[in-house]
Amino acid sequence: MSAPLVLGIESSCDETGVGLVRGTELLANQVASSVDLHARFGGVVPEVASRAHLEAMRPTLERACEDAGVDLSEVDGIAVTAGPGLVSALVVGVATAKALAVSLNKPLYGVNHLIGHVAVDVLDHGPLPSPAIALLVSGGHSSLLRVDDIATDVRELGSTIDDAAGEAYDKVARLLGLPYPGGPVIDKAAAQGNPRAIAFPRGLTAAKDLERHRFDFSFSGLKTAVARWVETRRRDGEDVPINDVAASFQEAVCDVLTAKAIAACEAEGIDDLLIGGGVAANSRLRALLEERATAAGIRLRRPRPGLCTDNGAMIAVVGGAAMVAGVRPSSLDIGVDSGLPVSRIVV
Amino acid sequence: MSESDSGLWLGIDTSTSVTAALARPGHVLASRTVTSGNVHVEQLMPLVSEVVAESGHVLADLAGIVVGIGPGPFTGLRVGIVTAQTLGYVLDVPVRGVCSLDIVALTFAAGRPGRGFTVVSDARRKELYWATYDAAGKRLDGPNVTLPGDVPTGLLVGPAAELYELAGDRVVVPLDPGAIAVDPDRLPDLGTEPLYLRRPDAQVSTSVKTVLAGRPS
Ligand SMILES: [Zn+2]
Repeated sequence: MSAPLVLGIESSCDETGVGLVRGTELLANQVASSVDLHARFGGVVPEVASRAHLEAMRPTLERACEDAGVDLSEVDGIAVTAGPGLVSALVVGVATAKALAVSLNKPLYGVNHLIGHVAVDVLDHGPLPSPAIALLVSGGHSSLLRVDDIATDVRELGSTIDDAAGEAYDKVARLLGLPYPGGPVIDKAAAQGNPRAIAFPRGLTAAKDLERHRFDFSFSGLKTAVARWVETRRRDGEDVPINDVAASFQEAVCDVLTAKAIAACEAEGIDDLLIGGGVAANSRLRALLEERATAAGIRLRRPRPGLCTDNGAMIAVVGGAAMVAGVRPSSLDIGVDSGLPVSRIVV
Repeated sequence: MSESDSGLWLGIDTSTSVTAALARPGHVLASRTVTSGNVHVEQLMPLVSEVVAESGHVLADLAGIVVGIGPGPFTGLRVGIVTAQTLGYVLDVPVRGVCSLDIVALTFAAGRPGRGFTVVSDARRKELYWATYDAAGKRLDGPNVTLPGDVPTGLLVGPAAELYELAGDRVVVPLDPGAIAVDPDRLPDLGTEPLYLRRPDAQVSTSVKTVLAGRPS
């Protein structure tokens, strides 16, 4: 029997995504983004995002079906992000998924968005090794996970205790007068700068912090250090070397993320490392991780950048894995959970 | 009897409570409402399944869907609209959008009140959504969102008629989408874009707070 054909819906933040996936095969991945609408606010405005989801949902659904050459009646299951994310945005996707599940008479799977970021690599590189360590970095999350089974068994080893990595990128970009979102523009500026020009702090890497926060992250202190450095230069009437600041900031972020990811592999005795989430598209993170993984004898799996950002295909992958694992479908009265813990894969 | 001949319409509205009704011309077959709290996304689809099953039908029997497009609190409102859009897409039936306050007016005008009235619903933030109607239920003004004190006095009708101490006669009338599902053409099709009436709350935060000690000079 071939793998189930699953339709996945994502609406947790500012991307409306609909994907169609059969096992490890990507059939369609349509994403409508409202990122441009948020630019002038310097961050995602929940109500603006939610309005955009409602407008984009049906056209995105239609495009995904056309793209895959699939009729909805052929779909075996419906998966949707149930959390974490913005409540008003999540409900648009969940309501859509329920209507699809009932009218098509197919099972519904409300799944965890974060697991989607981890699972999406199967579309590029086939079934995941088990167990594996996953480094998940995005605008809203920075976590290290131990993944034993993508449908049933994921455990959080550590996460950020303040800002997510992507949030720090947005704040530093604003400080430097660069546009939102910060990730791509800082990455670009950093390519022209010297990563060793300024020694910015590496959060939670001191010996005493490692006792309690071995696999946790903190980017708030780094963000403040960058602000202090930049403001001091401006106060003293000196130029701010934007490219060097961007490169040195990015180096501090990537240094901590990669060092802790490798340390987690070693501590758990696991030789396979995955990355996922929007920041996983960052060129320096990908390069540094490859360098350090190779040196440590760890196999690294990186989905193509286009699959790192939020999309419906990643949600479909989790739904498909749940179906194959025989996980019970979600009930029709599920809600959304803005703080859904990573250990809850299907609600 | 073919689907399109059945005249079976589903009415849904999530502008106030979560409510669904199934009707064929001239006859409401089932109508259900859930009023407790923020339960829109949880309860709407189970409710739709219930009214359809209770009437001995399946969704594939529907000839169309009529949905209230507000005004109403946004998050719940979108649940009803996207549900209607998706069901309409899968079942390949028309989806008509109507002003939610008009549905209440239809119900109330059917009792021949003999005078004009204002339909009000809760807009939260100490405000009301409202529209005025003639005695026959034809909308004259609105929908609007204002402070309760700015709502026309006289005869107040609707889910929020007794929410504030306002002058004049007040009659609490719940919103029942059965009132429109029995005759979907009674109200104009306004499309399925929500009647938001308010702009999104958004702070433009492009300034950067100083982290240096003391105040910037
Ligand atoms: Zn994400």
